[in-house]
Amino acid sequence: MDPIQTLVKNLAEKHGRSRESVLPILQGVVEQENFLSERSMIEIAREIDIPAADVYGTATFYSFLETKPTGKFIIRVCKTITCAMKGKNQILFAIQDMLKIRLGETTPDKQFTLLETNCLGWCHKAPAMLINDEIYTELTPEKVREILSAYMKVNQNH
Amino acid sequence: MATSNQLKRVDFIFRNENDWEKILSSTLQRKPQDLINELISSELKGRGGAGFPTGLKWKLTAESKEKEKYVICNADEGEPGTFKDREILSRVPYKVLTAMAICGYITGAKRGFIYLRGEYKFLLPELNKVIDEFDYYCQETNLDFKISIFMGSGAYICGEETALMESMEGKRGEPRNKPPFPTQAGFMGKPTVINNVETLVHTFTIFKYGAKKFYDLGVQYSRGTKLFSVSGDTPKPGIYELELGMSLQDFVYEFGDGDTKAVQVGGASGFLVPRKKFKDAAIGFKGKLTGISLPTGGSMMLFNSSRSMFNVLDNYLEFFREESCGQCTPCRVGCQQLLLGIKAVKRGEKPASYLDKLLRLNETMQYTAKCGLGQSVANSFSSIVENFREEMIY
Repeated sequence: MDPIQTLVKNLAEKHGRSRESVLPILQGVVEQENFLSERSMIEIAREIDIPAADVYGTATFYSFLETKPTGKFIIRVCKTITCAMKGKNQILFAIQDMLKIRLGETTPDKQFTLLETNCLGWCHKAPAMLINDEIYTELTPEKVREILSAYMKVNQNH
Repeated sequence: MATSNQLKRVDFIFRNENDWEKILSSTLQRKPQDLINELISSELKGRGGAGFPTGLKWKLTAESKEKEKYVICNADEGEPGTFKDREILSRVPYKVLTAMAICGYITGAKRGFIYLRGEYKFLLPELNKVIDEFDYYCQETNLDFKISIFMGSGAYICGEETALMESMEGKRGEPRNKPPFPTQAGFMGKPTVINNVETLVHTFTIFKYGAKKFYDLGVQYSRGTKLFSVSGDTPKPGIYELELGMSLQDFVYEFGDGDTKAVQVGGASGFLVPRKKFKDAAIGFKGKLTGISLPTGGSMMLFNSSRSMFNVLDNYLEFFREESCGQCTPCRVGCQQLLLGIKAVKRGEKPASYLDKLLRLNETMQYTAKCGLGQSVANSFSSIVENFREEMIY
């Protein structure tokens, strides 16, 4: 069995093989693979015996389930009103400048993907962003550069 | 003019008492019917924004003859400007779990779920620890109730109760037709109580201190306290527990930066109140005798005079356009057209009178959209366009 097959099988063992397990399994795949390949969705459909179109339909509904390849770290900058008022654009510029990518793009070394997202629920500490599941608040361009450097350093050591 | 009270700070929700085991065991010794009556007499209404009477919701579910029932805690806090539920779950999670177990006892449900939004995944390790402890307690005391967490994956619409249930069933988070309501046919078609995180904590307060203590706070039709998430142009953003029924004028006096131009009450799906109407507006559910009453899930966003209301509306509509589930036409097409429309007016491609056409489209959405999302776009759209028309044009 190839790695995707094994991963899906393990997740199905853990969460069950009913329709209600679809979302936890999709989330499990994203946690491992960073995104959902067509292959993995077909595999999930086979494993819990539902049409692949249903798996695809569910997966594409949720903004945190990527169906295109992404970097290891997904940066999601909040763009909703309070963050927008408190300097979201400067944060975005700082990140783009540092990683040399535009919004929606992934760095060539497949480490970072830059996205915008809707309200993260940190309006009192705006602007905010998520890097994978980690939250960073009250951002300034300097702070963002420090955070990203730390991520880049960790990467080099691996 | 709305009744003018001073802001009344209260501290029930975050009061850390660590006596949940005592409250749980003493509450479980009382008759379910008595508990329901107590909850109904407190006049607690749902704190997620819609304001359905909580006691009635529990009663309807309890009355159902079905064997299998569920309790769901709605922690899919997605409304722009709200962040109170996260704070509750990280500071007093055991109150939420206790309230869910009491609800299970009253309604006959044996399973509880917390639907946590994907953006709050970092809460998981701590929350799971508390749930394990709680689980252990339930086993020790032979209480047949099990709570687990279901993670969302970044969809605002899943905060709508039926969309949330669809999502838990492994489908696209598209709202269902109502009726049947979740109290009759909810998760997996079984009777389900679904409450906001804050509502559950209020039931804990009520079972601990009695309904009277809760009822004595607030004003007629809007009893008790409410958590407010304050953000925007304010010197003291944060979370505050206040009595319901306060006037917006008093609120701005306390939280404004001295130059407050407008306040968005209830998030992007709520109402924008301009400065000249502050003194007539009160925060609470409909039915107050005087002035405008504004129900809210607790989101209070302040804007000072440096902000363009066009940009604010543009941001909201962009939000709704992305978050509309796309199931019903009024919402799917409506959100897109409203956004295109205000941009066209701003660029001068359409005359100012086009705004009136957009307001009519807005009204159509309010009546024909399937769920609260499409219906409530009208709230912010009409309140901004009507009060700041010149900013939309020039």
